[in-house]
Amino acid sequence: MTKEMTGAEMVIQAMADQGVKHLFGYPGGAVLPIYDAIFAQTEVKHILVRHEQGAVHAAEGYARSTGKVGCILVTSGPGATNAVTGLTDALCDSIPLVCITGQVPTHLIGNDAFQECDTVGITRPCTKHNYLVKRIEDLPRILHEAFHIASSGRPGPVVIDIPKDIQFAKGLYSKPKEFPHTGYKPKLKGDMAAIKAAVELMANAKRPMFYTGGGVINSGKHASELLKELVRLTGFPITSTLMGLGAYPAADPQWMGMLGMHGTMEANMAMHDCDVMICVGARFDDRITGRIDAFSPGSKKIHIDIDASSINKNVKVDIPIVGDCAHVLEDMLRLWKAQAKHNDKKAMGDWWKQIAKWRDRKSLAYRGSNEVIKPQYAIQRLYEATKDKDVYITTEVGQHQMWAAQFFHFQEPNRWMTSGGLGTMGYGLPASVGVQLAHPKSLVIDIAGEASVQMTMQELSTAVQYRLPIKIFILNNGYMGMVRQWQELLHGNRYSESYSEALPDFVKLAEAMHAVGIRCEKPGDLDHAIKEMIDIDRPVLFDCVVDQKENCFPMIPSGKAHNEMILGDSGVSLDDAITEEGKMLV
Amino acid sequence: MNANVPSSSTSHYPTAPTAQSDVTHTLSVLVDNEPGVLARVVGLFSGRGYNIESLTVSETQHAKHQSLITIVTTGKPMVIEQIKNQLDRLVPVHRVVDMTLSGRSIERELAMVKVAGKGDNRVEALRLADAFRARVIDATTESFVFEITGKSDKIEQFVALMLPLGLVEVSRTGIAAIARGPEAM
Repeated sequence: MTKEMTGAEMVIQAMADQGVKHLFGYPGGAVLPIYDAIFAQTEVKHILVRHEQGAVHAAEGYARSTGKVGCILVTSGPGATNAVTGLTDALCDSIPLVCITGQVPTHLIGNDAFQECDTVGITRPCTKHNYLVKRIEDLPRILHEAFHIASSGRPGPVVIDIPKDIQFAKGLYSKPKEFPHTGYKPKLKGDMAAIKAAVELMANAKRPMFYTGGGVINSGKHASELLKELVRLTGFPITSTLMGLGAYPAADPQWMGMLGMHGTMEANMAMHDCDVMICVGARFDDRITGRIDAFSPGSKKIHIDIDASSINKNVKVDIPIVGDCAHVLEDMLRLWKAQAKHNDKKAMGDWWKQIAKWRDRKSLAYRGSNEVIKPQYAIQRLYEATKDKDVYITTEVGQHQMWAAQFFHFQEPNRWMTSGGLGTMGYGLPASVGVQLAHPKSLVIDIAGEASVQMTMQELSTAVQYRLPIKIFILNNGYMGMVRQWQELLHGNRYSESYSEALPDFVKLAEAMHAVGIRCEKPGDLDHAIKEMIDIDRPVLFDCVVDQKENCFPMIPSGKAHNEMILGDSGVSLDDAITEEGKMLV
Repeated sequence: MNANVPSSSTSHYPTAPTAQSDVTHTLSVLVDNEPGVLARVVGLFSGRGYNIESLTVSETQHAKHQSLITIVTTGKPMVIEQIKNQLDRLVPVHRVVDMTLSGRSIERELAMVKVAGKGDNRVEALRLADAFRARVIDATTESFVFEITGKSDKIEQFVALMLPLGLVEVSRTGIAAIARGPEAM
């Protein structure tokens, strides 16, 4: 079935045919024909953001919480360059996006026309793939191919740059069918011989450890179910990266908490001491490994990843398995059951005893206070108040993000949206807009810091415009907390430019933007204030004034190994915690 | 990045990247000949800090619009493995073949070498060209342009010999590689 229509109409028709319900965007000269096509239909609802970066983060939140492709529409030039941060963020965290950018008419490309930029050149390294459409005949194929590329294999953002004359041009549109790309064929099934070897290794393990990541979540809810089954069947402990939180229920006794730079002692020590590591959909990032040549020195490593380039990139593994997590986990489970494998009971007993000792150290412990709200306490109370609700959490980047990861517990995948790889301050507020649109009846909370939130503050207007009752829970410590913590670590407490000077009155700011503002300064008032926030069916900006000096522990200083972490109550001065070599690292 | 951690005697990790020495590999990369494909490949190398020693590109299958890119690159074995995987990940890339690893490839390069001089130097240049099976493709009373084909080291050697005889400039194609035997890549 083909139909004649303009390029602009094709864009919207293709989105409708791909099942897109919401499109985040901002108009401008080079996309006006597409906005005209939006005006003429009701299938795809356009959400007007306040800045293009917000559009991309909102689409990321939408995609991450639903597993669907997030869609963005921005104009040429500044529209496209403003989207770059979001696109890079999505590339780092493997979030499926399709971003349409307008471009100056074909005959003006290269002429330094008004609002012209080399969009495909600029976005080439920050997208999974990108296109400049030069012929209307190519547009339908490119549109459908973009959705396929964005969502299959290791997901990522795809940009389609469409010159204005192509938007006006008429051509034949056809529905999405299989547009087979001759070269792009992600491998889903893992190599059976490698899976067999992995199962054998697991069955003989004395001190095994599951280390999982965002790949499990990208692989779909089914992958999380399979992971749960395999972990319970084997009886092995499990930890996860920041991106993988929720794939395994945090309430389960086999759950060890997050690992890495601010991970729990039990997770990091077990990673260091394990003899078999089963890495599922994670990538041995530097925030995870710490000092690379002292990373889990005694273990045999199994690595399941859909992206072959993730394997042996940072850490050499013994059994690489290239494939989709769900497919590989299914094969592993089948083999484990078919061969009636069981773990080494005695060794596992000893291993869990050792883990219990690490757990008893209570690495997340902090000194409570009746005078001032401790940020950890605020997250704990927020968790207690919302754990029985249908809740989605987004975050900005910094100390609050780590505390959220440590103290808010997730039982299901797709409930936790955070900027992991790129670490984009300003991600959380717009992301929560996207999440709330996808889940209108759910409670969506952006756990924020007072510095991060100001980066994309204007998107509160978007939330107000579309009546999205997002809750922005600001842990306001008056500092760029993580910057300050690192200045204590590396630069002798010289707080160069990390104090949040001239902060707005967040309550008045919320009111000026037609949202609701709440301030809480005393631990005793916190529960009541949180309840008030939850009960309000409008966007709320919650200014939670917390301890200014609190730092985020445990911490593995850069250049140190997993077993060299600093604990909050160890009395180690941050000044002495890091070597000269470590200071060179990020 | 952590790769910068200096290796020390306490290293628990036998295959830490710092323990490896550099190797040179020739990669054949079959790609769709579409706009920007070369920029993607080259951008990957510059963006991730890989080396390109030689790069040769041309459309080789007109009906399918496919080009063959031959890249000579240097790095630690782990990095070479990364390069191949990263290339393979690009959407327009169909195949990446490590010609060095297969051990059955032939590599050739073409160079045009301009030499200017008079008298004995001129005669000597011609005699050496003959020994290297280089052809004269342009001549004036005071210059020659030689065309020479061969492995890179042969060309290097020829150019070195021409230097004292009045070498003016050299233009090289970069390396093209193909596997021996009846099979396609």
